[in-house]
Amino acid sequence: MKQVVQARLQRYWDIRAAGNFSFGGTGSGLVLAAALALALGVASPWAVAVGLGFIGLGLFCVWLEIGKPWRAINVLFHPHTSWMTREALLVPPLMAAGAAAVLIDIRFVYLAALFAAGFMYCQARMLLASRGIPAWCQKEIVPLILATALAEGAGAFLVAGGRPQALIVVALVAGILREIARVLYRKGLVAAKLPAATLKWMASREEKGLTALRGLSLACLALALAGVAPTALAIAGGSLAVLAGWGLKAVIIVRAAFTRGQVISHTPTRGRGPTAIVIPS
Amino acid sequence: MTRYAMVADLRRCVGCQACTASCKEANGTPPGVQWRRVVDIEVGEYPDVKRVFVPTGCQHCADPPCMHVCPSTATRQRADGIVTIDYDLCIGCGYCAVACPYEARYKVDTASFAFGDEPSACEEVRHDPKKIGVATKCTFCVDRIDAGRAKGLVPGVDPDATPVCVNTCISGALAFGDIEDPDSNVSRLVRENKSFRMHEEVGTSPGFYYLWDKETP
Repeated sequence: MKQVVQARLQRYWDIRAAGNFSFGGTGSGLVLAAALALALGVASPWAVAVGLGFIGLGLFCVWLEIGKPWRAINVLFHPHTSWMTREALLVPPLMAAGAAAVLIDIRFVYLAALFAAGFMYCQARMLLASRGIPAWCQKEIVPLILATALAEGAGAFLVAGGRPQALIVVALVAGILREIARVLYRKGLVAAKLPAATLKWMASREEKGLTALRGLSLACLALALAGVAPTALAIAGGSLAVLAGWGLKAVIIVRAAFTRGQVISHTPTRGRGPTAIVIPS
Repeated sequence: MTRYAMVADLRRCVGCQACTASCKEANGTPPGVQWRRVVDIEVGEYPDVKRVFVPTGCQHCADPPCMHVCPSTATRQRADGIVTIDYDLCIGCGYCAVACPYEARYKVDTASFAFGDEPSACEEVRHDPKKIGVATKCTFCVDRIDAGRAKGLVPGVDPDATPVCVNTCISGALAFGDIEDPDSNVSRLVRENKSFRMHEEVGTSPGFYYLWDKETP
C-alpha cells in the first residue's frame, strides 16, 4: 500500500547538539590518542589538556541548547537506562583523571583514556536509542561514531604537534575503519528501507564534499607514512580527518534526521454500518 | 492491572479536527503545538486514491523509549500505563522528542499566543509558564481521569473522567478505556474489529489502537 510520506526533519537537536558529538568525539579521541602515544613512549600532556577542552566545549554547546540550562544537574538522575545520563556521569572522572595526567603524572592518561572511551561509546549509544529517527536508530551507527571519533582524535594529535610515525599509522587505520563503518552504515540504512528523505542526504552536495575531504585525508596520511613531506601531509591529513568527522556528524544530526512519519498499515473500509461505539451490543 | 488505551476508528474519523481543537482549549497549548492531532494521509495510486484521517499523539507506550532516554527522570509511567512528564524536573534537552517514533512531543522556548503578544482570556487561564522550555505531550487528560476516579466515575464511560478529545469527537471515532478489562469498551472494540497499532516494528507496544475493518461474520 503506497501512501504519501509523512516523515519530516526533526528540529529538536540542531547544530549545537551536533557540536557535542563533534567536539566530544574529537576530545575523547584525542585523550585516547595521547594514551596510545604514551604507550609508544611519547608523553603529551598538552594533548590531554586540549582533549578535555574539546569535551568541555561540546558540553557547553549542549548546555546552550537545553530549555532549562540552570537545572542541567538533573541530567544525572537516570543512569539506569539513559545514555545521556551515563555520558554526563563519565565527565567528572574523565576531567579529574585528565587533569591529574596534565598536572601530576602523565600515566593518569591511561585512566582518562578508559573514561574517554566510555564517553565516546555513550555518545554512540545515545543516537542508537533515538527510536524516532531512523538514521540514528541504526545499529551500524555505533561503529561509525566510534571510528570517526578515533580518526578525529588521532588527526587532532597529528595537527597539534605530536607526529610519531605510529600515530600516523593509527590515524590512517582509524580513517580506514571509519570508511568501512560508513559503508556498512549506508548499506544498513538502505536495507532497512527507510524513507527516501533519510537516504537522500547521502547524495547531497554536502555529503559529496565530505566524502572528498575524507578521501583526501586518507591520501595525505598514506603519503605522509610513505615519507612524502611527512610533517606537512600529516598535519593536512589530520586536520582534514577532524573537519570531515565534524561535518559527517553535523550532517547526521541536522540533515539526515528525518522522523518515521505517520504510517498506517491498513486502509480503513468505510460505509459498513455503525460500530459498537454508537450502538453498544 | 489497569492499562488505559485509546482506540481510533479510522472508518469513522472525518478529519474535522474537533478533538484537536478541544485538546488545545483544555490544555492551553500554544500555536503549533497539537497534543492531539489528526493527520491527513493519502494512500493508493491514481485513480484508486483514498484520504485517511488518522488521529494521533502520544501513544502511551507500554515500553516508552521517551522514558528510557530521559536523563532527568522527568518522564515516567504510571501504574495505569499513562506516561507523564514532571515539568519541574525536565531540563528540555529534547532527547525524548527524538526518541519518540510518533512525533508526539513538543518543546517551545518562548511563550506565544494565538492572537498576538498578549494571551486571550482563555489562554490566560490555561497558560502555564512551567511548560516553557520543557517537553510537553498528550497526558490522556490525566487530571480529568484522576478527578473522575476520585468521584467513582469510570474513565471512558463517564465523560467527566474521559479525555476531552474523546468527549468531543463528533463521529464516535475515538474511544478510551482500560484495555486490560475484557469488558471495557476499548477491549470490545479491539476484539470485535480488525485493528493495528502504528510502528509496531519499533517494539514500543503503543496504547493506541486503530480500527480499520470488521471481521466478516
